Amino acid sequence: MTRHSVADVSGLPTSGFGATSPMWWGTMAFMAIEGMGFALGVASYLYLAFLAPEWPMAPPPDLIPGSLVTALLVVSVLPNHLLDRWTKAKDLKRVRFGLLLMSILGALPLVVRWFELGALNVNWDTNAYGSIVWLLLGLHTTHLLTDLVDTLVLAALMFTRHGRSGKRFSDVSDNAFYWDFVVGTWVVLYLVIYWFPRI
Amino acid sequence: MTSHPADMTKDLRDTDLDDPTLDGILARTWETPRGFYGWLATVDHKMVGRRYIVTAFVFLALAGLAALAMRLQLSVPENSLMGPDLYNQLFSMHGTTMMFLFAVPVMEAVAVYLVPLMVGTRNIAFPRLNAFSYWVYLFGGAMIWIAFAFNTGAENGWFSYVPLAGPEFSFGKRSDFWAQMVTFTEVSALAVAVSLIATIFKQRAPGMSLDRIPLFVWAMLVTSFAIMFAMPAVMISSTMLILDRLVGTQFFNPAEGGDPLLWQHLFWFFGHPEVYIIFIPATGMVSAIVPTFCQRPIFGYQALVLALIAIGFLSFGLWVHHMFATGLPQLGESFFTASSMLIAIPSGIQIFCWIATLWLGRPILKTPLLFVLGFIFTFVIGGLTGVMVASVPLDLQVHDTYFVVAHFHYVLIGGAVFPLLSAIYYWFPKISGRMLDERLGRWNFWLAVIGFNAAFFPMHLLGLEGMPRRVYTYPAASGWGEVNLFISLMSVVFAASFAVLGWNVVRSLRHGIVAGPNPWNAGTLEWAAPSPPPPYNFLRIPYASHREPLWNDRDSLPVVSGLRVDARELLSGSLAEATPELRESSVDNSIWPLLAAIATTAAFVGSIFTPSAVVWGGLLAAIPLIAWFWPKGNPEDEE
Ligand code: HEM
Repeated sequence: MTRHSVADVSGLPTSGFGATSPMWWGTMAFMAIEGMGFALGVASYLYLAFLAPEWPMAPPPDLIPGSLVTALLVVSVLPNHLLDRWTKAKDLKRVRFGLLLMSILGALPLVVRWFELGALNVNWDTNAYGSIVWLLLGLHTTHLLTDLVDTLVLAALMFTRHGRSGKRFSDVSDNAFYWDFVVGTWVVLYLVIYWFPRI
Repeated sequence: MTSHPADMTKDLRDTDLDDPTLDGILARTWETPRGFYGWLATVDHKMVGRRYIVTAFVFLALAGLAALAMRLQLSVPENSLMGPDLYNQLFSMHGTTMMFLFAVPVMEAVAVYLVPLMVGTRNIAFPRLNAFSYWVYLFGGAMIWIAFAFNTGAENGWFSYVPLAGPEFSFGKRSDFWAQMVTFTEVSALAVAVSLIATIFKQRAPGMSLDRIPLFVWAMLVTSFAIMFAMPAVMISSTMLILDRLVGTQFFNPAEGGDPLLWQHLFWFFGHPEVYIIFIPATGMVSAIVPTFCQRPIFGYQALVLALIAIGFLSFGLWVHHMFATGLPQLGESFFTASSMLIAIPSGIQIFCWIATLWLGRPILKTPLLFVLGFIFTFVIGGLTGVMVASVPLDLQVHDTYFVVAHFHYVLIGGAVFPLLSAIYYWFPKISGRMLDERLGRWNFWLAVIGFNAAFFPMHLLGLEGMPRRVYTYPAASGWGEVNLFISLMSVVFAASFAVLGWNVVRSLRHGIVAGPNPWNAGTLEWAAPSPPPPYNFLRIPYASHREPLWNDRDSLPVVSGLRVDARELLSGSLAEATPELRESSVDNSIWPLLAAIATTAAFVGSIFTPSAVVWGGLLAAIPLIAWFWPKGNPEDEE
């Protein structure tokens, strides 16, 4: 079989942002999977709650550490979006700064999370309520941790010569997008873990 | 790679290169280096897909041997060959392996090989994730079988119900290995699903708008979405199970506010779609094969696409009755009946379209088509018994008897294994460059169809007579001895059909007729590539002018030009129309996915013995994962 050329693609760019980039779709897919995991975790929480004669089966968790984590995460959304904007402008200097900032803003909630675990007023092996609360927090902490590592690696990367490639900017943008997801899921979990037992 | 003069010119394009030069350069850019290291580090979807398929068949053989051992035990009443403990492990290993290590992975494996070729691209999206997925699958499967060899295999059936599998009733590490095996296979299945979705969404050849996507690719898209939404459920539930067993959580312990039914809800949220995750790709295979052997386009393409999507959605709906059934029995029952009946509509549409295509064309009765006919025949019987199981009074009668065993083997073997065998005969020439032998193929087919029906049909009768499933023996006075002996003998006939397939494969790899690119005169793009395809798949990225591009223009293939060839580059386009948007780089071979899989394995297996493994295992896995993403200064990394 012979071939005949019908189109020339030589002028196309080699990287893009958002839905243009396959990596963005990969990130979306992982968010869907993890979002499903969270949804099922919350569903299990509610299932156990409706089954139990009384809920929570221990004093509800103290509000302060958890609310502080929430505040830190919500506030971080603003610099996160600035970073995304700088990324799309391919402003390397600002992107480096933004990544350093986001590394700190990613680490801070983890520090507070440590105190949050101490203020849950229940252990994972006390009863099913304790088990599901610890599972939800454990899942989310894993997300915080992996995204922090990802941010740190990207920050390091942007300070090397590899930082100049268009692909890297698109990676940083996807990472920022993912952070929004980590924050968004936490807001839901926060309401479930802290406010559902109080209503 | 640095010595070749072509590399002197950075950013070399294919536009002005003649075919032999282009072949030389592309082969070097996309090659997997020879030798053991190259073999371990490859990210070529064809090599990964091939080893995925072979591994899945090895697990099929192991699970088949477990089945034959069970049949040997059951062939005479009051047999003392084995006790209940070994028998429990055998049926659990058989069911678990068939579902988690064979049926789902083999479908994904075929897709890993074929989908990039069918959509006209050079590699799967996220090739390293894909390679990682294979290693995780291999290690997870090896782990459970090694555990079984040390008398620590699965023992609570393929759905491992609590409390039987929980800390009070299942001692030792058996259920922990089962739970971690699930985690392994789900991680790998999810990784493949993500790669396939991105490949199908973004890497289709220009011109391949949604209504030109081959039906097998559509089927894999729907399957991948079902995997994405179903598998997290079983990962969560198996994590809860292992936590209950290892660190004393109380998810399933009613004494502390837990609930065993939570396990069933989560498991069946996955378990119902699971059957369709196996079945949808199989129907996609049939939809690819029927048109070729009728030499005409499929009848009702749009209807088939809609049917696939509908089945994908409804497969989740089937679970909902579980939830309704707890609180609202009446509504629940009618909902269940309604969604079972609803799913019969798209399934019926599919069968109708296949039969219409066969009717309108002039069917060529080669082995692949024979297996399709065997599939339709067997599947209709399976469907009929399914309707019987779905009717409530009969269900109470046959619940947990051999009637059920017969029913789901009809669905799984008739509905998925026969199409798979058809697919093996159909695409083997593409993968190997040689045809499978037709005469052996016919032997294979008749042994399989006769052996299968003879072995499994009588199980319906045993079930109606009340023989329970999952028993290691039965009393002589039951009168079931003769039928069981017959079943066991016929199982050997069925197993022999796989031996014929194995022999056919081994023989044809050396002596088979050389196939050429398109031995069946098929219409879709995978047949435009040589057989076996070179590392880069297509010399030039094809342009999909039609649903069957090779039938539209039989002499000349429309292609696009302008891609870079001294670095791995492919085309990425828009979701609906596949309009080219990017010259997207594709990553090079790398050993890090394997090392990351080894670290993950250490973490998963370690966590069976000590919870601290999650911490050190996580840290251990972070290193190869970072190295995997860190740019190495290849031309691909600099774009
Ligand atoms: C050589 C062909 C096969 C034979 C002879 C065979 C035989 C059996 C037998 C005798 C049992 C029931 C054991 C019992 O309940 O006591 C069984 C269970 C099962 N089989 Fe097969 N089988 C074969 C192939 C397959 C295939 C291809 C699949 C799936 C793709 C499959 C999936 C299952 C499952 C899921 C169970 C249920 C296990 C459980 O109870 O947890 N089998 N098989």
